[in-house]
Amino acid sequence: MKGYLGIDVGSVSTNLVFLNEGGIIREAIYLRTQGQPIATVQKGLKELADRLPSTVKVRGAGATGSGRHLTGVIVGADAVKNEITAHAVAASLLVPGVRTILEIGGQDSKIIILRNGVVADFAMNTVCAAGTGSFLDQQAARLNIPIESFGEIALQAESPVRIAGRCAVFAESDMIHKQQMGCGLPDILAGLCEALVRNYLNNTGKGKEILPPVVFQGGVAANVGMIKAFEKALGLPVQVPSYFDVMGAVGAALLAREAVARSGISRFKGFGVADTGFKAGSFECSGCANLCEVVEITEQENIIARWGDRCGKWSGAIGKEEKIS
Amino acid sequence: MRVTFPHMGNLYIPLKAMLQYLGVDVVVPPLSSKKTLTLGVKHGPEFACMPLKLNLGNFMEARELGADTIIMAGGCGPCRFGYYAQIENAILKDIAYEMQLIVLEPPEKHISELLVKIKRIAGQRSWWQVIQAIRFGYKKARAVDEVEMAAFQARPRELVAGATDAAYHEALALIDGASSLSELEFARENAGQIMAGVARDHNRPVLKIGVIGEIYTLLEPFSNQGLERHLGLLGALVDRSIYLSEWINDHLFLGLIKGLRSSKEACAAAAPYLRHFVGGHGQETVGSAVNYARAGYDGLIQVFPFTCMPEIVARSVLPDVGADYSIPLLTLIMDEHSGEAGMVTRLEAFMDLLAQRKESREACR
Repeated sequence: MKGYLGIDVGSVSTNLVFLNEGGIIREAIYLRTQGQPIATVQKGLKELADRLPSTVKVRGAGATGSGRHLTGVIVGADAVKNEITAHAVAASLLVPGVRTILEIGGQDSKIIILRNGVVADFAMNTVCAAGTGSFLDQQAARLNIPIESFGEIALQAESPVRIAGRCAVFAESDMIHKQQMGCGLPDILAGLCEALVRNYLNNTGKGKEILPPVVFQGGVAANVGMIKAFEKALGLPVQVPSYFDVMGAVGAALLAREAVARSGISRFKGFGVADTGFKAGSFECSGCANLCEVVEITEQENIIARWGDRCGKWSGAIGKEEKIS
Repeated sequence: MRVTFPHMGNLYIPLKAMLQYLGVDVVVPPLSSKKTLTLGVKHGPEFACMPLKLNLGNFMEARELGADTIIMAGGCGPCRFGYYAQIENAILKDIAYEMQLIVLEPPEKHISELLVKIKRIAGQRSWWQVIQAIRFGYKKARAVDEVEMAAFQARPRELVAGATDAAYHEALALIDGASSLSELEFARENAGQIMAGVARDHNRPVLKIGVIGEIYTLLEPFSNQGLERHLGLLGALVDRSIYLSEWINDHLFLGLIKGLRSSKEACAAAAPYLRHFVGGHGQETVGSAVNYARAGYDGLIQVFPFTCMPEIVARSVLPDVGADYSIPLLTLIMDEHSGEAGMVTRLEAFMDLLAQRKESREACR
């Protein structure tokens, strides 16, 4: 079997997928990043290698997510792309004709507007993480319910309570207030979903023309309560693709396929990367008053990448390969 | 009297040249850095925009180097900047960093108002010398702008990573070092050759992006996280809606020098959308967007500091320009909490968007 590898390293989860040459998803792995991107990517690669037949040939690899540059140098990625492009590419493949993508992940939310199959506009949440996966996670833990059953419980609501969703801290105090008043758990959870949707549409989605087909993806799309809240607020059906939680990785794999089609040869270092010793260290540059924190990635004592400097003194010092991102 | 002034991109080069030409003892503050911002954030009001915080930091760092007098621009009108000189002076007084303040209010009717103010700083010098000094400063500003424009051209096509940055700094240093008109002419030619010497791949496809918005965040790379450099490295040919020399000509010389792009043109182009002065460069931002769209640019990026009222007005108008001319637009708002990684992700996505659009449009033709 031949195919393409896509890796999405986000703040909360690290996802890996393997697409065959026809663009069909053969394997998908969802892991928690837990603040250790290198170890998690290695663990994911090992798991993927075990699941795939030993005759598998990786024709190309792509990386996306906030850890894309790190992942890119570790695995030898052919495409290192931002998550907006990756999500748009993946949704276009799985839901042809999609015109609006709602994406809510661990610590960010995005809206992507496509017209005629091309991204026409996009927005990402800026300073506030209210309404993203981490907040739902936290509230589920506080209410002592597993995050997996959050949505199911919310669906049982008869009359969702109104919760102030502007800010995660105020939303929490408002929820506690509603609990003390004696409102039922399903009504509170459904109210929270509606508040988050309101917040999303008023901030990330502000001024965007939301037209069907609408696709909802990212980890939070697992929550049926959120899906229902979106449908209610938009008055439109909302589709959740079957691989909603690994869409970034699917996009990265597709972008890798494109990149290799252009370059003809892959840089992928092979699954052996899982057992190679990588180290990430950082130091503060004292060259000027900016005191940049420079990150240095070493592969078996060889420095393979540096970044974090504003001026390019350190990142430019090691033989820079041609631009791939 | 040891004079200092706030940074705004390369403004320090012509301003220092003019003052030194008049024999004024000048202390250039260290280039704006995280330390500058930290100082400013610590002592400035939180809801003031980032330029105030950086100004304040610049003054404090300059004072540590021995400066005792500040030259600061004034202004009047909806933008709060006109009041910053007084606010900053009051804050410096409160924290026992007291310095003398000279406010240069922009002339309202004639350039002679500016001459009178500069003469006051210059003391015994003759009118002729004052005029010569202003001329020298202005020529430096032009030379600096030429280098910057050349860097915008070279960066997306450079063959060796970092070559443009190196040439840019070398060329700027040459211009900065010139101490007479004849030296400047020589330095300008050399700088041009250095910039032309950056090896480039002329076949590499580039996207043309117009950067518009508030003047401080446009001109000061520290305040916009090196926006233009990032864009260049991502393969964008950047043009900026305002350059230092254009601003000097518009606001200090009141358009005395002909043949430069002027804010009047931009305001005229804004007319179908915004016919009123809204403070700062709000009207120019809208007009420049129209001009770039007409000139066939692929995309526009608007940048302004958080809480900037004139640009917020412009921002609410710009989607109409974008729709009428079918040109994508990205707005970036800067403050001390802005992260570089978040900005780069948005820039990368925006560049992808523009590239895809261009590809599909060309395929349709």
